[in-house]
Amino acid sequence: MKEINIFYDAIKDVSKVASKIKTKQKKIIGYLCSYASEEMIYAAGFHPMRLFSSKSDIVLAEQHLQAYCCSLVRGVLEDSLSGRLDFLDGTVFPHTCDSMQRLSDIWRMNGKYEFFADVVLPAKLNTQSARTYMKDVLIKFKKDLETAIGKEITDADLLEAIKKFNLIRKNLSKIYAIQSQKPGIIKGADLYAIVKGSMVMDRDEVIDLLPVIVTHLEKLDVPEKKAKRIVVAGSICDSPDIYTAIEAAGGVIVGDDLCTGQRWFEGQIPEDENPIDAISTRFLDRIICPAKHSSPFARGENLVSLAKKNKADGVIFMMLKFCDPHAFDYPYLKEFLDREGIKNLAIEMDDQQQNSGQLATRFETFIHMI
Amino acid sequence: MSDKPADKRKIKSAKKMRDIMTTYYLDAMTAEQNNKQVAWITSGGPVEPLVAMDIIPIYPENHGAMIGASKMGEDLCIKAEDMGYSSDLCSYARADISCSVVKGGPLGGLPKPDMLICCNNICGTVLKWYEVQARFYKVPLFILDTPVCHTQYSSEIAKYVQTQLDEYIVFLETITKRKFNYEKMAQVGKLAYEAQLLWQKVLNTTAHKPSPMSAFDAFFFLALIVTLRGTQIAVDFYKELLEEMEQRIKDGISMVPNEKYRLLWDNLPVWYRLKWLSKKFSDHNACLVADTYTSAWCGAIKYTDENNFLGSIAQAYTMIYLNIGVDQMADQVLDMIKFYDADGFVMHSNRSCKPYSFGQMDIMKIVREKTNIPVLMIEADMVDPRSFSQSQVETRIDAFMEIIKQRSN
Repeated sequence: MKEINIFYDAIKDVSKVASKIKTKQKKIIGYLCSYASEEMIYAAGFHPMRLFSSKSDIVLAEQHLQAYCCSLVRGVLEDSLSGRLDFLDGTVFPHTCDSMQRLSDIWRMNGKYEFFADVVLPAKLNTQSARTYMKDVLIKFKKDLETAIGKEITDADLLEAIKKFNLIRKNLSKIYAIQSQKPGIIKGADLYAIVKGSMVMDRDEVIDLLPVIVTHLEKLDVPEKKAKRIVVAGSICDSPDIYTAIEAAGGVIVGDDLCTGQRWFEGQIPEDENPIDAISTRFLDRIICPAKHSSPFARGENLVSLAKKNKADGVIFMMLKFCDPHAFDYPYLKEFLDREGIKNLAIEMDDQQQNSGQLATRFETFIHMI
Repeated sequence: MSDKPADKRKIKSAKKMRDIMTTYYLDAMTAEQNNKQVAWITSGGPVEPLVAMDIIPIYPENHGAMIGASKMGEDLCIKAEDMGYSSDLCSYARADISCSVVKGGPLGGLPKPDMLICCNNICGTVLKWYEVQARFYKVPLFILDTPVCHTQYSSEIAKYVQTQLDEYIVFLETITKRKFNYEKMAQVGKLAYEAQLLWQKVLNTTAHKPSPMSAFDAFFFLALIVTLRGTQIAVDFYKELLEEMEQRIKDGISMVPNEKYRLLWDNLPVWYRLKWLSKKFSDHNACLVADTYTSAWCGAIKYTDENNFLGSIAQAYTMIYLNIGVDQMADQVLDMIKFYDADGFVMHSNRSCKPYSFGQMDIMKIVREKTNIPVLMIEADMVDPRSFSQSQVETRIDAFMEIIKQRSN
């Protein structure tokens, strides 16, 4: 369908997306984390753009980060140093993991772009003091943005942005819900393109496109296929081939616990509160990233309930190599799933090198087994 | 009494220190029989309130170092990998996690904790590691969240950390079912402050040429400032150690027999190759006079007010070496190079410690630009010997020392 193709075109070449945005006299702010407040960036009049690695060979980043740093962090630094991100006017680093923390330093010290902000969010989210601090750092971020644009960001600006991003989140949730209800109604690669596109494209365009896709999918009939229902879990899964390979092996993706998936878009920002309070509330209440803490069991309980809610036949962990927070959680998440009798498989992957043949075999074996 | 040259160089306080550590671990192992509670705490965490509450602090990281030094790291790391933990994770964490299950290591496992105190000023790894242990031991976990000060200690951070210190006290009162002892806290705070000053003075003695001790000795003597900070024992011990160092300076006793070259070390030690590395450098007449690691336990002392300990430590615990920006870390390295008059800088690129190791290459570049000294980076891991290639490291050290020798001629 032509609306989905627009998303494909966008993710194929983000620099094209960037040039189009620049023609509207908009500046572009990049970030690597789903705890970056897109609403605040948008309310400041900037275009928020999530950064992914272009997966090019690591040459310049070798001079800054050792080989045991994850391919996302090294890859995005490589893109920046080699000029592939020259369309950026600034970047925001919300605090996540140790590697991102140091990337932020290296990035700042190499100072390529006009705007730079660290948003040092709390690592724990389950106390009142963390809530207060979360609000405090978001207010500080707002001030940083205001200094950059030379004017105030009003509550009305923020509320308008919140409403827009809520709409995007709501429609992405709908698409996922339809897919879970009528598995296979949308190809995994399409799903990937839509979600990733929604993180990089002009959001006003996304807002128009998503409802068309939702309406289209709602009308479509369920394809008669006996695919196994799969939930994907991990940090980011920035490869449409993985979705295609899971489908080729007889699976269908019905949900995810990914930073580039439901962790990013599930949960609305309340529209009837003070905007900064409301943004904080969602960050504190949303599905948690393993680099943050709410309880030692939060992620296990969430994954089990996600799998059950989506009647998953199996869970596939896509583990980004050298991603510590996810690697620490894996054994207990697996234990939680095993205890519930939910079959699971872990795949270690690297942005730079993917062995698709071996991957296909492992998916097939797993899906035949469940 | 022997006065052989090798014996002359031995630091006499080492035996005392071993005895103190043995007593400390014995106390900890028998805590339950003595109706004492045990808290596991991260190496950068505020231990003083525990001492004030008569809770025995246990440091899994110190235990990790012991595991590494006793060359039991590989086996325990493999056991953790069998449990599903990636071999790319911190080897302290891997060794400790599997040790809890198999009761292995030099002590046959650490005493079971009654509570876990995790301060993330050193890394995000401890957050995940302590969650693992909270699930395993089913005990309460307190997290002291110290946001990274990339460029500044902001007012938001100050308020957040200070509030959490209050929450920490409440947490301890709840677990122990006892009122917090503020009077004892004031004493403990003074002792902690004094011990840190003394430790800094001990480290400063190596600015003398030749150096009375090396970083390898500092790695060893560090144990007390970590584990017994806030006690009279630590103060008394470091007083003695300082006296011994000053005496060695007077008597002209150096750690490296013919010290010609002075080096600065970065990152954690390679625990399972301390002796080998020490000999390797010594054979080149080089002494590792200082390091960025052992000074972390006194580096932020300037923020502490000994008379208002609880009210002032928020900044001291938040602004430690690993919790600041890479450019600020580089500034500290440059200061150390100057203070210790180092001829070279040796960086341990430590697979286990991402916040310590990422940014090293930028620091290396800064050091090369701002000083004239050679920099060497060696790839290793603090506990897991599988990431260490002795022949490769040897070749690189030899080449590095060759450059230093040529420069000094």
